[in-house]
Amino acid sequence: MIEVNIESKAFGSTPVLGPIRFGVRAGETVALTGPSGIGKSTVLRILAGIDEQFEGTITRPDEVAFVFQEPTLLPWRSVLKNILVPHPRLTPQQGHEALKSVGLEDKAEFFPNQLSLGQQRRLSLARAFARTPELLIMDEPFVSLDAETADEMMRLTEKLIVAHQPAALFVTHDRREAERLADRVILLEHKPTGAEIARDGNEVTAAEIDGVGPG
Amino acid sequence: MQAARLTPLLSLAGLLSLWVVAAVLTDDAQILPKPWQLGPLFLQEAGSGELWSHLLATIIRVLWAFGLAMTLGTLLGLIMGRSPRTNAWLDPWLVVFLNLPALVLIVLCYLWIGLTEAAAIIAVTLNKVPNVAVVIREGARALDPDLDAMAQVYKMPWLSRMRHVIFPQLAPFIAAAARSGVAVIWKIVLVVEFLGRSSGIGFQIHLYFQLFDVAMVLVYAFSFICVMLLVEWLLLQPFERSTRRWRTA
Ligand SMILES: Nc1ncnc2c1ncn2[C@@H]1O[C@H](COP(=O)(O)OP(=O)(O)OP(=O)(O)O)[C@@H](O)[C@H]1O
Ligand SMILES: [Mg+2]
Repeated sequence: MIEVNIESKAFGSTPVLGPIRFGVRAGETVALTGPSGIGKSTVLRILAGIDEQFEGTITRPDEVAFVFQEPTLLPWRSVLKNILVPHPRLTPQQGHEALKSVGLEDKAEFFPNQLSLGQQRRLSLARAFARTPELLIMDEPFVSLDAETADEMMRLTEKLIVAHQPAALFVTHDRREAERLADRVILLEHKPTGAEIARDGNEVTAAEIDGVGPG
Repeated sequence: MQAARLTPLLSLAGLLSLWVVAAVLTDDAQILPKPWQLGPLFLQEAGSGELWSHLLATIIRVLWAFGLAMTLGTLLGLIMGRSPRTNAWLDPWLVVFLNLPALVLIVLCYLWIGLTEAAAIIAVTLNKVPNVAVVIREGARALDPDLDAMAQVYKMPWLSRMRHVIFPQLAPFIAAAARSGVAVIWKIVLVVEFLGRSSGIGFQIHLYFQLFDVAMVLVYAFSFICVMLLVEWLLLQPFERSTRRWRTA
């Protein structure tokens, strides 16, 4: 259902990605990992259609959701509006339900800067799931959260993935995150002509993920 | 604190007394009337309706030029700030227009278009567009690329993007451009009227300049200054505050 077929990607004259091919089935969750700066975020941006300057083809569904590393909210709109503005076809009632699914039901009229970072992250998660995405993309969604909040966010993400069954691709540097959420791990490695897939499957070892270290 | 508040008042009172002293010394109401001599003249002009009709003519021109300059300047600034290629092409034009004296543009507009209302408004607009564009371009360059990506992923339609993503980020820049815009535009409008219109405050000033009637020049000038100060306090400053409200919520 999701097909990534990148032949190459360069920023100016600097090659960043070499040939990268993989697919993600509906209901499958894939972790993407590799050293910092290798091009993981770039793969996600290409898959999401944010970056269209590359050689190759992408097959993706209509309903895409992206959880950015930063919450990326509209600071000048209320919490509820942050759900409804990107999804104008939702009713306010559905907006409230999306907030409820991440425990923010009593914050609807707040502004984002009145929320803690963990709450902002949850809002960004609620925004991603508000319209049952067919493809869910997450870029290091749990970094710079304390262990407890990260755990809570992961539990929430698991729950939402089970409920909505999207094809999911997320970037992580954390072995436990990958083991817990992913059915499959893709490891990128440096090649002179840009990053390529070193391993793809469930046999990527814990040591290999740990080897890439935090980004 | 108390003293700091009094300073501007004392300073203005000083200016007023300087005027009085100068008026007493010249002792010629033709050259410099005393401040209180303007009162009856003001009442006379206001009573006859002259003052209001000319004030209205000028305000309408200010509004037209302001609206056009803000719209065109914002569009231009937004495009130039978002597209480095367009910016590379248009930036030299901007520099030329920024350095063109207002008077030259006014005279050229009158020569090419004729002594018409359209020429007057175009001249004022062209004078202001480059300044607005420069301010808005700064704002457009500071737009958050992550929010752009977000808007793109969720396929937000153009209008909604403008309204919810772009405009709130540009609002402080638009407010700044509007404030400096009004300040410049109303001064240029007077020059335009002085040179080629038969109504408006600038025209009246021209008339009384030819009659060497300093008192009437002052009456018309002060009336207009008062109106523009009211606009500043009642419209522009509240708008500027409202663009910042979410920050302090
Ligand atoms: N807009 C850009 N212009 C030029 N180079 C860029 C741009 N974006 C990314 N790069 C370069 O592309 C390479 C890959 O960047 P990317 O952000 O995809 O890495 P990453 O794997 O996500 O790293 P990290 O784990 O640190 O987030 C980096 O070397 C980066 O410097
Ligand atoms: Mg990254």
